Amino acid sequence: MGVYWAIAVRSFRRFSTYRIATASGAFTNSVFGFIMCGIYLTLWHERPGLGGYDAADALTFVWLQQGLLMPVGIWGATTTGELGERVRSGEIAVDLYRPTHLLLWWLSVDLGRALFQLLVRGGIPLLVGALVFDLKFPSGLLAWLAVAVGVFLAILVSFGIRYLVALSGFWITDTRGMEQLALVLSTFFSGMILPLVVFPGWIGGFARATPWAATMQVPIDIWLGRNPGGTGSALLFQLGWVAVLLLGAQVVTSVATRKVVIQGG
Amino acid sequence: MVERVLRAPAQYWMLIMMWVRSSMAYPASFVLMLCSSMVLTVMDFVAIVLMFSHISSFGGFSLAEMALLYATASMTLGIADLFTGSIERVGERVRTGAFDAYLIRPVPAFVQAAADGFALRRIGRPLQAGIVLVFALNRLDVDWTVARGIMLLVSMIAGSVIFAAIFVLGAAFQFVSVDSAELANSFTYGGQAMTQYPLVVFGQQIVRAVTFVVPIAFVNYYPVLYVLGKPAPLGLPSWIGLLSPLVAAVMVALASLAWRAGLRRYRSTGS
Repeated sequence: MGVYWAIAVRSFRRFSTYRIATASGAFTNSVFGFIMCGIYLTLWHERPGLGGYDAADALTFVWLQQGLLMPVGIWGATTTGELGERVRSGEIAVDLYRPTHLLLWWLSVDLGRALFQLLVRGGIPLLVGALVFDLKFPSGLLAWLAVAVGVFLAILVSFGIRYLVALSGFWITDTRGMEQLALVLSTFFSGMILPLVVFPGWIGGFARATPWAATMQVPIDIWLGRNPGGTGSALLFQLGWVAVLLLGAQVVTSVATRKVVIQGG
Repeated sequence: MVERVLRAPAQYWMLIMMWVRSSMAYPASFVLMLCSSMVLTVMDFVAIVLMFSHISSFGGFSLAEMALLYATASMTLGIADLFTGSIERVGERVRTGAFDAYLIRPVPAFVQAAADGFALRRIGRPLQAGIVLVFALNRLDVDWTVARGIMLLVSMIAGSVIFAAIFVLGAAFQFVSVDSAELANSFTYGGQAMTQYPLVVFGQQIVRAVTFVVPIAFVNYYPVLYVLGKPAPLGLPSWIGLLSPLVAAVMVALASLAWRAGLRRYRSTGS
């Protein structure tokens, strides 16, 4: 256990060294936050109460969306991107003869990254948004606890998907197509282009059942207290996808590592 | 100097054709990447269509009018990104010292930085924007005159040039701060996200800022208002959209000065 903790801590420190890149990223998130606020204010002005959200919910959604984008890794993350690169180049062999578990190693790396980005790339836009707009915050210790668990599970779900995409390189030589597909699905079904509550009819129902919903829409609904079936069922939904994805990741890991052939002598 | 400038387009063409040939070496992969680029960049329009399942007008714009705004915004950014988007990687080259290679070759550093890693798949964005544009023009109820048609075409060229100038300004800033590549995204991709919508929904202050400070309102908003015969905000005259080529010229001048200043400041890495 100690070794994985040490990995996560080092990953956290590694990401904290890119100060200017982080600051300019947080700036960009904030600019997009203001742009989305203008759009959503108009939308909710035309149709008050759209999707069960009021205007304050919509504005809070915007800043949480901008804040979760990087930590959760909606558009992929450096860590799993590197894993994919290592699978492609064969450097994965080095990872495999470490006396650690491949899945847990990369999960620790990803959690260290996510925690740093959650604090900075999540915190700064949320702070900016809260200073300018009247945002909603969870009330009470229990609600905050639910949010913390929800965000943690969102990162696990996202990691599960990204890990599987990275490991697809064991079977497909050119994984760029796979990565692009993952990017499209994640952007569309996570609530990144529009809150899923606004999706009409069966598309909405379908989107809310996908694992991508568990990476952004669901944790934001937990924050807002707006999940249709209550916070408990939201957490269970996330937990279900975590179980499926991590189990799948474990199976894929053991199958993949059995077929590795290292060239050279 | 004049001779150098005259030679530049041919040099640029030669460099990008090299990258096109390399991407065409794997045609299946190229087609896949092109399709996924189209699908990814059309998402913003999908969001607009989904919104219109609940509303019939957004800030006074109908779906067809929104489609025209979206198409012109996405088209101009797409063209700018296709031809100059690679320049945003200049910070990386400065950090690694690879920028030196540009300086010793007999082609202007600017041409090389803009052409390096030219990705033809980026044509996906202007392509999907073209499809949306056809949809918009079919559905729109506009009294088309030759002047309006020419005006729309010229404004799209001018808009692409304005976005390209912003890409170059962002790249020039990376000579000062190598890790700030994402900062320029606020203005390019952020600008595109804004110009897909009627700018008045963002409030008077923002309209002022994108008219007089970072003039992305001239990319498509004012020209589209002119074409649709809608009044301009802030009490500005309705013909303000006609000024976009002029704004583009000013932006090019600024970008060129900034690039030169950045280049003079460049110092190679060393141990």
